[in-house]
Amino acid sequence: MKGAALAVRIFAGLAVGLVTAFLVLPVVALLLRVSPRGLLAELADPEVREALRLSLATSFAATALVVLLGLPLAWLLASARFPGKRILEVLVALPMVLPPTVAGLALLLAFGRAGLLGGAFSALGISIPFTTAAVVLAQMFVALPFFVGAAAAGIRGVSPLFGEVAATLGAPRWYAFLKVIVPLGLPGLVAGAAMGWARALGEFGATIIFAGNLAGVTRTMPLAVYVRFETDLESAVALSVTLLAVSFGVLLAVRTGPFGAPSDAVRAGR
Amino acid sequence: MIPLSMFPIRRSPGLCVLLLALAAGCRPEAPRPGERSLTVFAAASLAEPFGEMATAFERSGGGIPVRLNVAGSQQLAAQIVRGAVADVFAAADRDAMKFTADRGRVLEPAVLARNRLVVVAAARPDVDAVLVSLLNLATPGLKLVLAAPEVPAGRYARQALRNLSRAPGYGAEYADRVLENVVSDEVDVRAVLTKVKLGEADAGIVYASDVAGDGAAAQLAGVRVIEIPEAYDVEAEYVIAQLRSVDDSAAAAAFIGFALGPAGQAILERHGFLRRRTTP
Repeated sequence: MKGAALAVRIFAGLAVGLVTAFLVLPVVALLLRVSPRGLLAELADPEVREALRLSLATSFAATALVVLLGLPLAWLLASARFPGKRILEVLVALPMVLPPTVAGLALLLAFGRAGLLGGAFSALGISIPFTTAAVVLAQMFVALPFFVGAAAAGIRGVSPLFGEVAATLGAPRWYAFLKVIVPLGLPGLVAGAAMGWARALGEFGATIIFAGNLAGVTRTMPLAVYVRFETDLESAVALSVTLLAVSFGVLLAVRTGPFGAPSDAVRAGR
Repeated sequence: MIPLSMFPIRRSPGLCVLLLALAAGCRPEAPRPGERSLTVFAAASLAEPFGEMATAFERSGGGIPVRLNVAGSQQLAAQIVRGAVADVFAAADRDAMKFTADRGRVLEPAVLARNRLVVVAAARPDVDAVLVSLLNLATPGLKLVLAAPEVPAGRYARQALRNLSRAPGYGAEYADRVLENVVSDEVDVRAVLTKVKLGEADAGIVYASDVAGDGAAAQLAGVRVIEIPEAYDVEAEYVIAQLRSVDDSAAAAAFIGFALGPAGQAILERHGFLRRRTTP
């Protein structure tokens, strides 16, 4: 028995070491390839700044829309019981496991000019592909499941007692949700929004297929990295490091911020 | 944090075996007798003829299976320079080949075939009404997709537009006005064709071979072809070379010989490519 315990510990130790190295090494390799001066030179490049600006603007817009439109769905999945709920949960999670290229093709066939809703959009004078709006839609499509999943878990973590108490005091359900459940479930919501944002920022496959690739309009940072990999590796590395720094900064801010760690009081329902 | 030093790693032979097995599995192209294969990196526009060529070569020669990797030439060149394992590289222009040659990755390249460009228009009533001649490519609001300037097809397309700017009636600013209409720089020429076929873009510029030859009917679904007058068209030149230090140099040379020989050239011609000039 003692031998087995030792073997498990050895495996666990090795796995921790290997996995950490596996995750950290590629990042280190990127950092080793770039000099501070090279990085600054890249950031002075108008095309790079345009891509960075576009990436930040679209990913934050997508996140805001995802939170606004995803929250009611998360609430429904967390608190209601209805037939077909499992199926709805799987459908909502589906974009997480779809290859992004498949997502891009699906978006094109649904919202493209010649797609399912193309006729309706044309009647309204709207054409989505090749626009910044298409970038935001592609990002929303991949980010929504992350937010809804985490937000539903966060809401479920709040004891229903809080809502019931609020209801006995005469608060309507939606009011109790917004004023009581949301603040208590905030850590989960924030974590979900951060995950969704990170996914939106990194979106590549669906964007290049559904939105195309044009500087200043649809060429976000991941697309710029891809384009430059072929022509200018140093530049691609500098762009990657920039993207890495932005993601790291935002995720760190979320983790260490006021809503970073789920509060034990909320979890216990005390 | 678990202090790793306390684990007596050396006393765990099973794990060492596992790690060794993992490491061995990572070795590419382990030379095994009877399991020879040839990896050919080919420009996106060569997808169909090279697919056919691979089968024909396998049947004709020593039965060596050919694995094809098809993408934009500039992308393949970048992969080769960064150490991708391949035996043969067929590029849609000399620039992509030069990129690999300058870094010592390929042997002397040979001209493989030639190609022309055509404009493809989405077969939609609204596009039919607007896009009648090449002049209309400059109509404001037209959604044009080109391959990115880094892609051979994109470079050729921009050259053709500049050539057309010198044509009577087009005007010197024709190319710039057309480029104003570009809504996306696609990563290879096939993506251009797909977006036009889907009707998402109004028009694009692709190789004549992309919409000609055996598969023409399928390729042409949803697309109308507008020819570029020969005087202003660009002649794309495809080059093929063997990579340096490949496992099976004879097989690579044999494949290139096959592609340049009568059988290979006939396949290319059937797919709408122009025969290479035998005199340089």
